[in-house]
Amino acid sequence: MYLLLLFVSPPPICCSSWWGGVQMGPPDPILGVSEAFKRDTSPKKMNLGVGAYRDDHGKPFVLDCVRKAEALISSKQLDKEYLAIGGLGDFTKSCALLALGADSEVLKSGRNITVQTISGTGSLCIGANFLSRFHSASRDVYLPKPSWGNHTPIFRDAGMQLKAYRYYDPSTCGFDFNGALDDISKMPEKSVIMLHACAHNPTGVDPKPEQWKEIADLVKKRDLLVFFDMAYQGFASGDIDRDAWAVRHFIEQGHNIVLSQSFAKNMGLYGERVGGFTVVCNDAEEVKRVESQLKILIRPIYSNPPMNGARIAATILNTPDLYKIWLGEVHGMANRIIKMREQLAANLKSEGSTHNWQHVIDQIGMFCFTGLKPEQVERLTKEFSVYMTKDGRISMAGVTSGNVGYLAHGIHAVTK
Amino acid sequence: MPASRHFCQKVPQATPVAVFKLSNDFKEDPNPMKVNLGVGAYRTDEGQPWVLPVVKKVEKLIVADNRLNHEYLPILGLPEFRSSASKIALGEDSPAIQENRVGAVQCLGGTGALKMGAEFLRRWYNGNDNMKTPVYVSAPTWENHNSVFANAGFEDVRPYKYWDAEKRGLDLAGFLGDLETAPKHSIFVLHACAHNPTGTDPTHMEWTQVAEVMKRRKLFVFFDSAYQGFASGCLDKDAWAVRYFVTQGFEMFCAQSFSKNFGLYNERVGNLTIVARDADNVRRVLSQMEKIVRVTWSNPPSQGARLVAITLNTAELFAEWKDNVKTMADRVLLMRASLQAKLQALGTPGTWDHITQQIGMFSFTGLNPKQVEYMIKERSIYLMASGRINMCGLTTKNIDYVAKSIHETVVNVQ
Repeated sequence: MYLLLLFVSPPPICCSSWWGGVQMGPPDPILGVSEAFKRDTSPKKMNLGVGAYRDDHGKPFVLDCVRKAEALISSKQLDKEYLAIGGLGDFTKSCALLALGADSEVLKSGRNITVQTISGTGSLCIGANFLSRFHSASRDVYLPKPSWGNHTPIFRDAGMQLKAYRYYDPSTCGFDFNGALDDISKMPEKSVIMLHACAHNPTGVDPKPEQWKEIADLVKKRDLLVFFDMAYQGFASGDIDRDAWAVRHFIEQGHNIVLSQSFAKNMGLYGERVGGFTVVCNDAEEVKRVESQLKILIRPIYSNPPMNGARIAATILNTPDLYKIWLGEVHGMANRIIKMREQLAANLKSEGSTHNWQHVIDQIGMFCFTGLKPEQVERLTKEFSVYMTKDGRISMAGVTSGNVGYLAHGIHAVTK
Repeated sequence: MPASRHFCQKVPQATPVAVFKLSNDFKEDPNPMKVNLGVGAYRTDEGQPWVLPVVKKVEKLIVADNRLNHEYLPILGLPEFRSSASKIALGEDSPAIQENRVGAVQCLGGTGALKMGAEFLRRWYNGNDNMKTPVYVSAPTWENHNSVFANAGFEDVRPYKYWDAEKRGLDLAGFLGDLETAPKHSIFVLHACAHNPTGTDPTHMEWTQVAEVMKRRKLFVFFDSAYQGFASGCLDKDAWAVRYFVTQGFEMFCAQSFSKNFGLYNERVGNLTIVARDADNVRRVLSQMEKIVRVTWSNPPSQGARLVAITLNTAELFAEWKDNVKTMADRVLLMRASLQAKLQALGTPGTWDHITQQIGMFSFTGLNPKQVEYMIKERSIYLMASGRINMCGLTTKNIDYVAKSIHETVVNVQ
């Protein structure tokens, strides 16, 4: 019977497809930049699109603590059994500890639930859907203007309504503190406010501690739900405690925040997808209920998270020698970026640019909001093969001592 | 009262997922004779997890290769993984692959592949909003099927007749009947092989009948392939149904999992294979898949995909893998034969041929909830309330105890 079927000619292929009405989706604004970069054949091309750290030779950087952790793990010959839905316990504990700090009252009273997620995106996805399902008091999420491009579709897809508060001041290339306070004061109670914990993406503009304090007070007065996105802890100032200061301050002030963490950048674990989502609850009893609902959310998406990256991160965080090495390497990465900022500003000056480039030095973290307009960005890409996002954001991590001069030259050419 | 203190006050406690609760209860049971016939993961004859020898080998290669890094994969995943994974499902010489009308999305396990497929279908399948399009899952089915599709926004997830409890086999008439009466364009989730939880697969003849109705009534084919290689021990044999549907000209999705056949459970290695009318349709579908991936996990984890890709694309490793898969499948077949023989020898009431006729990791024993409770409480043998057992939980050391316990249960508990 089986053989017979092989010799029957296939039925005429029907001309219509289920997918005839599927439109071609536009390329992703951020990841699409890398794809365009790959196609470019110019030897001088620069990829300043994705926020992925590069060393001073423009090469991907695998941290030494990561290699050591991998060797350790390999020697243990562990099995590959499913993780729990909430992930690897060693990882989630140390992930929360890293963010909240050893003195954290929240950790001591066990009133946080932290689940392992698929890096920062996965964490935001879980968080957005958790809020959509359980935060019935408001559908509104306020993002800073501008914010990471992917925030909007994540929250929208979860059924939330996107709103914005003033954040970046184009006239100063700095923080619009008064604008932010003004907008926050008008947010309806129980709205969700998204705050970038440090190294704001895409602008690199962070509030100062005094400003954070005022924001925290006002947010409390307005009774807003705080959603912190911390994708760059350690990467901003080079100091993990300094970078977590805002998160810890808000918690100390009594905000029961929700928090997304990523280890893509600060441990260089990009493709391993390591992240965490934390809900600070009233008490341990509430933690149980919230945890049970997070599991219900996670199971129909991917059942349980991937082991490899979480195991590496946990090993680093829980092995004192490796932890020390890691702190040094994060500091090193942050320092190289600070140096590149200084060199870029200096080079622009020596090119003869009359613009004020102070913001290149003042901004913090992986990204620099150059202030370039879309047409200038387009020219920079077309004429100099420098790839960046349309909003004028460049990843400083893609700048090296070898190409900073070329970059300055290009920027000057399109802005003079 | 500090701001936002009340946010979580109204969050209710959710009931735990049954299969995990079972594992928990087993863990806490002090009985030295206890047996876990619950969770679907392979176990050796020593009752231990088994990291495939080929996996250990490739892992060492990866750790030693200093050219490899941890950079982001593309949104749709590792290209070598996607294409080789689809080849595994469709066959090296698949006409669909040759005609360039196959696409793939690397996903987080089989669950992730189902999720991506479901989300895409809800947005793009039959018109732009498929919340009311019926999705049919077998009665019974893997319990997460319902949740995946419901959470993707499908409001109408229904059962199609599948398991005939009385005759302990496939309810073909019921299955075909539901296909005939399903609203046109309904989506059907089909188990490619080794049906979970019943272990009962349609024969080739029965599959052709299913295909005929589905084609005539324009129903959408969504295969769930979590056990390829694991069922019969042969990759091609286990893919017969999927490949047959391709020859019949269907556009379809196939969610593949490499959790069981590679033993890579916790690395979340899955692939959504898409068979479409032509390359242009594939292109557009993949571009929209990217949008969905981007708001869910941005890009998939690299470790597991790398491992599978290296294995599938290196001749000696591929051969070794197939051998490892056969080892697992053979042990399961041995346990099936053993259990059936022992029950027969004991003269246990009822017929037990279904144990050897069923295929794959699971067997629907036919034990009722009362009997299951007895097995758990009185004999410390843990199985699902449905009577499903994981054959991998059986070993040459515990099979006598299990057989005797089943016998005692059937005799004493009705």
